Amino acid sequence: MSLFLTSFLADPRWGEALAHLPDYLGSHVRVSVTALALGLLVSLPLAIIARNRPVLRGLLLGLASIVQTVPGLALLALFYPLLLAAASLTLAWFGFSFSAFGFLPAVLALALYSMLPVLRNTLTGLRGIDPSILEAAQGVGMTPMQSLTSVELPLALPVMMAGIRTAAVWVIGTATLSTPIGQTSLGNYIFAGLQTQNWVLVLFGCAAAALLALAVDQLLALTETGLRTRHRLRTALGGAGIAALVAATLVPSLARSASSYVVGAKTFAEQYVLSALISQRLEAASLPATSREGLGSNVIFEALVNGDIDVYVDYSGTLWTNQFHHVGLKPRQQLLDDLKTELARQKVTLFGELGFENAYALVMPRKRAEKYGIRTVSDLAAIAPALSIAADYEFFSRPEWTALRTAYGLNFREQRQMQPDFMYAAVASGEVDVIAGYTSDGLIAKYDLVALGDPKVAIPPYDAILLIAPKRADDQALREALQPLLGRIDIAAMREANLRAAGGDGDASPGAVARWLWEKIKSEKTNR
Amino acid sequence: MEVAALIVFDHVGKSFDGGRVKAVDDVSLHVESGEFLAIVGGSGSGKTTLLRLTNRLIEADRGHITIEGEDVRAADPVALRRRIGYVFQSSGLFPHMSVAANIGITPKLKGEREADIAAKVDELLDLVRLDRGEFRDRFPHELSGGQRQRIGVARALAAKPKIVLMDEPFGALDPLTRDALGDDYRALHDRLGLTTVLITHDMTEAILHADRIAVMRGGKLLAEGTASELAQSDDAYVGELLGTPRRQAERLNALLPRGGA
Repeated sequence: MSLFLTSFLADPRWGEALAHLPDYLGSHVRVSVTALALGLLVSLPLAIIARNRPVLRGLLLGLASIVQTVPGLALLALFYPLLLAAASLTLAWFGFSFSAFGFLPAVLALALYSMLPVLRNTLTGLRGIDPSILEAAQGVGMTPMQSLTSVELPLALPVMMAGIRTAAVWVIGTATLSTPIGQTSLGNYIFAGLQTQNWVLVLFGCAAAALLALAVDQLLALTETGLRTRHRLRTALGGAGIAALVAATLVPSLARSASSYVVGAKTFAEQYVLSALISQRLEAASLPATSREGLGSNVIFEALVNGDIDVYVDYSGTLWTNQFHHVGLKPRQQLLDDLKTELARQKVTLFGELGFENAYALVMPRKRAEKYGIRTVSDLAAIAPALSIAADYEFFSRPEWTALRTAYGLNFREQRQMQPDFMYAAVASGEVDVIAGYTSDGLIAKYDLVALGDPKVAIPPYDAILLIAPKRADDQALREALQPLLGRIDIAAMREANLRAAGGDGDASPGAVARWLWEKIKSEKTNR
Repeated sequence: MEVAALIVFDHVGKSFDGGRVKAVDDVSLHVESGEFLAIVGGSGSGKTTLLRLTNRLIEADRGHITIEGEDVRAADPVALRRRIGYVFQSSGLFPHMSVAANIGITPKLKGEREADIAAKVDELLDLVRLDRGEFRDRFPHELSGGQRQRIGVARALAAKPKIVLMDEPFGALDPLTRDALGDDYRALHDRLGLTTVLITHDMTEAILHADRIAVMRGGKLLAEGTASELAQSDDAYVGELLGTPRRQAERLNALLPRGGA
């Protein structure tokens, strides 16, 4: 047991997690406190205005309740396109634009999320005051404002504070979900950990968020009892604690300088490894680099166009179908050329291909495929009605799925959605019969699976390509630092890197895998 | 009438629920300066509504109310309330404020200096016969019902009003406390030269403390006058109101043997 504990604590991933703590925790506190402050700034006056207006009261509580039913992740994701549209409007009308990425959408969504408990408790508190006290306030000659500030609010305070505390805990918890829209938070641990099966990171992120929530809750509780029992020291201690938190959030993050290059990564292991590789190359060329990881697939491209990130790896087919909404497919090289032209129209540079493809492919255990004589999707279509298929959260709504179904007349008994990391194990164990996997995934080899052929070319090519933001288009230093990566990563290398990243031990961190990958690239270069 | 009355109710009316309930129905009444008037009636008689109309806690629908010759509707309601003392039925003390803060609230609202207010609070505690040091920093929940009403009276007097309106202030107290408080207040009324309107459902209390009594029923003023004037009234309800305390007094006299003297 003690041996287990020692080896558990000696795990190098703890050190890695701790190194990120000032940045992640600082950003988390900053976004949570700002959102909570904004939420209070809006909710408290609204509640006060609505307290004697039944229609407005019902409307507000109804709206706040509806907001609460929207899952946190969806609410955060919704604010991104909304703000993007707003930013283009302000640019057209007033000549200025703002970043719809990261901090702003996270703050707005979280502020909205904090409103229900604050509104409800403030209204309950204010309306629960004995009417004879209100009459007395009027009777001794208070104006409505004096009655509010010196009688109603102090008496409603305990109930209001309970609401504020609930809101604080909700906001701090939900802020972990702001990672995919580009806001660094403790969620970075959780998303990165989930994608690379690094449970130490997941645990660390959850524990840090829980401790932060607990600390803020207790500070608010201290302030509240201090105010209620007129205990000056308590009020001062609680207030000082909260002030210290706010002050800490105002200290700009030391890790990030304004001129550093921001490397983006989507939400899966390969992206974490590649972003680490790019960062390492930049740093090797003495270019400061920071990363924004765990970004949603739709967010990351817009973030690049807007210059919120400077460089990231995307896949040709993803851009072709999702970003530019093309229905028909073209041969691989022609698709790449067309894409380059289209990207150039948005001033995005397609710097080059990395050398491997990460395409969607229908994947099943090799033994079963051989047993039934299935080599291609055409062979599979015949028995598909008896089989179940699993895919990631977006596949079934992607054009590739429609294309596959129409081309081969595919029809499965059951469709399931799964966390990508669990799919491969699920198909290997027979939990599902077929999965829509990724061709570069190392788990294909690990579980002895086979990717089925696509003779009708229904699935577009998915060459991994390096994209550079408009503002860095003419940056020669950046180009020189990244040039050695182009065409150097083949499918075998990427599969092995991905397998290593899923290893779940100390060598599995994206940084360590990226270093391994770079060594491999270098050795192959010299071998040639 | 050579001297204008301090408070004049002139055909005052007030309805609730869109006119369906006539709480106060065409009431005309004068209160002279320095007078102690009791308004007696059962629940729903409109007596409390009439009192609340006086300092515009609610607004009259019909008629006029004038104080010192000025129509209350022309006055700023907040300023009006600050110059009229009001004692509430359930004390109406603010539970989150100390005794001193409760008593000093109206002077504070008027912007008087803290030191002046503190001195005034101590004076008022003396006046309502509560120990300064013991009570100043207490909170309402630490007080007995009678102590709370004494603080309520002190608060009403803090801004040195000429007029004090009292809404069944002693109704919820035990008989001994109630009697002591009633006597103490009447003494204050005389000493400070106040004009008091007291609302009560208890005719005995009205007879014992008031100079003049007005009887209300169903929103209407049935009769007014001194106790002996009311005794001449041929109204059955007034007779019943006066008869009850008299019968009780006679029975008590018969039942309680005169002791000592």
